Amino acid sequence: MDATSKDIPEPAGESANWTLRVRRYIDRLLPMDHLLPDRQPYYVGSWVYVFGVVTIAALVWVVVSGVVLSFMGPQWWHVSSLGRFFNSLHFWSVQLFFIFMVLHLWGQYFMASWRDGRAATWLIGVVIFGVSILTAFTGYLSQQNFDSQFIAINAKDAMNGAGIGAFFNVLNFGQMYGLHVMLLPIGVTFLVVWHIVMVRTRGVVKPIDPEGASKS
Amino acid sequence: MDSPTTYFHWGFILISLPNLLVIAGMVVLFAIALVAPFPHGGKDDGRN
Repeated sequence: MDATSKDIPEPAGESANWTLRVRRYIDRLLPMDHLLPDRQPYYVGSWVYVFGVVTIAALVWVVVSGVVLSFMGPQWWHVSSLGRFFNSLHFWSVQLFFIFMVLHLWGQYFMASWRDGRAATWLIGVVIFGVSILTAFTGYLSQQNFDSQFIAINAKDAMNGAGIGAFFNVLNFGQMYGLHVMLLPIGVTFLVVWHIVMVRTRGVVKPIDPEGASKS
Repeated sequence: MDSPTTYFHWGFILISLPNLLVIAGMVVLFAIALVAPFPHGGKDDGRN
């Protein structure tokens, strides 16, 4: 038997169990044709809309190369040729991530994409930008070379000057490495997923002056 | 590789040549994205 949820009659009324209420809420909030659309409005046919998805692609490479680096360790990524390749892959995918994130930011800024109830989507993007910078900084501190030592020695004064040196000790490699490979990547990934779901929920913002509309 | 890079200093702006090149490249890429034709970008009455 190939019974699907459509074959089973749903209980009537709002007094049904909580899983049904949650499912109905999700169906109303984000139907599957919004989550995975096969068609988009004509104004989405521009390369500007590609910047966001390139950013996500770069993030995937960052995470994949980062997982390999964390598994193999500093001796591997500094000494062996394959380790140095993955070290470079991690570094350059981060460069692409930031470059295309900023290009995506420019595009969304000039089309004022916080309009029509999309303020939260914009603000989550702002937070992703901030958390990503923090992740990159802790990455520089996690290199395990003279560069990371130089950065840590200089950065500690900024942290102490800001009054957060006791909580955010850049000379503590274990803390910086833990933040870089665990907490901050989870934060970035969670926020990116949330950002995408919100974009899918609302759809892409209409142009400020759509073609053929509002001629005054 | 071991020598320091060139820096440009205009008033309060201080930027290295590599960073300036990256930013210039991003501006060029953004401009190209605005004007370059997008494949299969025809009219569509889909969801908006």
